[in-house]
Amino acid sequence: MQQQDWPLWEIFIRSRQGLDHKHVGSLHAADAQMAIENARDVYTRRMEGVSIWAVESKYIHASNPDEAGAFFEPAEDKVYRHPTFYDIPEAIGHM
Amino acid sequence: MSPQINLEEQFQAKIDAEIKIEPKDWMPDAYRKTLIRQISQHAHSEIVGMLPEGNWLTRAPSLKRKATLLAKVQDEAGHGLYLYSAVETLGISRLQTIEDLLSGKAKYSSIFNYPTLTWADMGAIGWLVDGAAIMNQVPLCRTSYGPYARAMVRVCKEESFHQRQGYEIMMTLMNGSAEQKEMAQDAMNRWWWPAIMMFGPTDSESSNTEQSVKWKIKRHTNDELRQKFIDATVPQAEYIGLTIPDKDLKWNEAKGAYDFGAINWDEFWNVVKGNGPCNKQRLEARQNAHNNGAWVREAASAYAEKRAKRSVTAEVA
Repeated sequence: MQQQDWPLWEIFIRSRQGLDHKHVGSLHAADAQMAIENARDVYTRRMEGVSIWAVESKYIHASNPDEAGAFFEPAEDKVYRHPTFYDIPEAIGHM
Repeated sequence: MSPQINLEEQFQAKIDAEIKIEPKDWMPDAYRKTLIRQISQHAHSEIVGMLPEGNWLTRAPSLKRKATLLAKVQDEAGHGLYLYSAVETLGISRLQTIEDLLSGKAKYSSIFNYPTLTWADMGAIGWLVDGAAIMNQVPLCRTSYGPYARAMVRVCKEESFHQRQGYEIMMTLMNGSAEQKEMAQDAMNRWWWPAIMMFGPTDSESSNTEQSVKWKIKRHTNDELRQKFIDATVPQAEYIGLTIPDKDLKWNEAKGAYDFGAINWDEFWNVVKGNGPCNKQRLEARQNAHNNGAWVREAASAYAEKRAKRSVTAEVA
């Protein structure tokens, strides 16, 4: 039996030219080339993509979900950052 | 109040508020264990599910049917991978999950322990087995664990083709010669009851259902889904002239659903316990595929290592 898993890769796919690459899932592969080829077979069997990024999962750093409340709190009371906070007369039309 | 109780209450409050649980969120051990068991069983079912259909790949009656069957089997491999990825987010390694299948420790859906004797079985599997699977999987798109729900959305998008191509095979046979019709009916007779059993034991016997519903892992009970499947499938069978092999099956106007005959639970448990017609054969096929592929995995690792070394040497130079 194999002693160790191959590295885990996170796969991002651009579904159409002009759109962002979006995270679709993960897979194990020995190297980047294999990750991209396997991602093609696993995630784009029905023309779901025109471009693939593969990032080794260990290089992804994430915010801590346990601290999400405090971490994102600063944006909570700043309604004045949204356009609807400002009343503009209807006569002006769309702005 | 102990902090543990507090965490569990907060967890249940999130579930009740329909907030998805993500991999790094706190979750009760039992929730994690239930998910690992359920998602890995689901993944193994996709992988073992390739075997009964693989049996007919080289003998499909036309190039079109062969291309379709190949695409379907490839989809099952993909579905297995989406689910293996989801289960891995719960902290169990891929190797361990696969090892649990190969050692016989983990279970997979019993339906795949039945043999595929004729081409009509490809029709019956697509229509009935994938049909039952869809009935189960659609509510799982809203399951409480985020990675599982996202995997299921992907699976469900692809699964509908499986059921339709199966029904089309049955329809074609039912429009054919007397022998072809007989073949379709024979497949129906053999697959109907195992398909009905796919929803699992009846609610009163299902030890996991209540907690799973509370955690919103499951959204419906086994019996609810089974009834839905029967109600949806009977008219489809009638439309192409197939007879459902259940003499007690009849429409119940008062409940607005079909009544159906008693399920042979002895058969169900017998197959679950490893004594179905193909349990041994299926597991051996997986073990052989894994062992015979070892050199490919080793070669890929060696090649990756060599290339990594080479690029380091190039950088130094």
